[in-house]
Amino acid sequence: MIKIRNLQKSFGDNLVWSDVSFDIHDGETIAIIGRSGCGKSVLIKHFIALLYPDQGEVFIDDKEVFELPYTELRKIRQRFGVLFQGSALFDSVSTFDNVAFPLRYFTSQTEEEIRENVNNALKMVNLEGVGPKSTAELSGGMRKRVGVARAIVHEPDYIMYDEPTSGLDPQTSDEINELMMDMAENLDITSIVVTHDMHSVLKISERVAFLDQGALSWLGSLEEMKHTDYKPLVNFMKASEYQITNKSKESV
Amino acid sequence: MSPLRQFGEYCNLLYKGVRSATEVGMYRSNLTNELVKIGYESMPIIILTGIFSGAVMTIQTSYQLQSALIPKSTIGSIVSKSMIIELAAVVSSLVLAGKVGARISTELGTMRVSEQIDALESMGFNSVSFLVIPRIIGGIIMFPVLYLAAAAFGIGGGVLAGVVSGALPASEFMEGARTFFHPADVLFGLIKATVFGYIVTSIACYKGYYATGGAEGVGTSTTRATVLGCIYVLLADLILATILL
Repeated sequence: MIKIRNLQKSFGDNLVWSDVSFDIHDGETIAIIGRSGCGKSVLIKHFIALLYPDQGEVFIDDKEVFELPYTELRKIRQRFGVLFQGSALFDSVSTFDNVAFPLRYFTSQTEEEIRENVNNALKMVNLEGVGPKSTAELSGGMRKRVGVARAIVHEPDYIMYDEPTSGLDPQTSDEINELMMDMAENLDITSIVVTHDMHSVLKISERVAFLDQGALSWLGSLEEMKHTDYKPLVNFMKASEYQITNKSKESV
Repeated sequence: MSPLRQFGEYCNLLYKGVRSATEVGMYRSNLTNELVKIGYESMPIIILTGIFSGAVMTIQTSYQLQSALIPKSTIGSIVSKSMIIELAAVVSSLVLAGKVGARISTELGTMRVSEQIDALESMGFNSVSFLVIPRIIGGIIMFPVLYLAAAAFGIGGGVLAGVVSGALPASEFMEGARTFFHPADVLFGLIKATVFGYIVTSIACYKGYYATGGAEGVGTSTTRATVLGCIYVLLADLILATILL
């Protein structure tokens, strides 16, 4: 379980958000939504102490991540898989080696076991056979899939998706949404999805956290969100609805 | 960012590096890569730099020492001494600040802005021990090796230029070189090259590791890494010459 308490972050004089507090329960899929630049990605980077807050705490199973010595923090980080916005694949190595990275350095698996686990992870994201390819040869959607394979190959407890569908066409976005649902169902994993794509939110999430105007301004279940009259969230959904309609027209 | 703050950030990066230097298993393979990239792949440009420096120095020295009272072997002494205690280390380090410094800064800067460094950290890697330490150790090991090559080929270039231009025969050049040769001079050059290797690679790592923005940010960090690398090499050269000679 992840507990976020009174988190505040600013860059110089620019306050990103303050007093952010909420819980993420084991096994659930929560979407963190909000406009571009509202600090969604910044927030999830705090969960594994890639960024440190001005004040506040994040507990992973009652361990406060900002207080942990590095060896402990490393163990916490290894319980997470992260799909970064631009996939963040290592371009100096092949697709196979990208996925094998965490296994090679942090497990005592033999090369044979690593090959099997990497091939299984690639199979789960429907990318069998692309292992030998350079990451430069992959399309945007394939890069996201490889990013997911790398994030799950070490069987983490939590997976964080940072803008998983951004920059993808509607059909590929849908495939990624399906993939995230498969991961949540098959791996018994807690999923945290940062997105401004309401199509994804409606399809995959169970709960929604809405960041707006420098704060966590709304938190509730997907059903509650559909019926909310909280104006900023309603406006956000209406704007997204317009976008979805346009996207659908484009795809037709 | 103020220079004092930057210096603090630089020291913090090095502190993290020193603390994680014992994680040899983490950076062993990267260190091997760096030894090849810094040493083996820089060898051609260093050999060329050495040959041309020695050749130009011989031609210029012989032009300035056109006197019947000065034996021609003096040219060999001056050229070889200059190559060993100064030119081989400084000129090759300035070239390497451009070649190696720019590469390191661009690599790390691109990894930073494309979140590859965050990806490493999120997997549990210590990105400093994985990326920074092998590059700095690679520089400290390979710059002295490249210095020796630059010095040897510089003297060779000097001999060749002396013979081709008719300034002095090879035997006289080498006689002059031997007369004033002191092994301590080579040690001095090796110390300088080691310090320069540390300066060039650590500044490049710092600038790349903390790069911000997109392509422009990486370009800026690379330019700064190269320029600062050159400036600090020259400054360190002056300080070492004052202390050690």
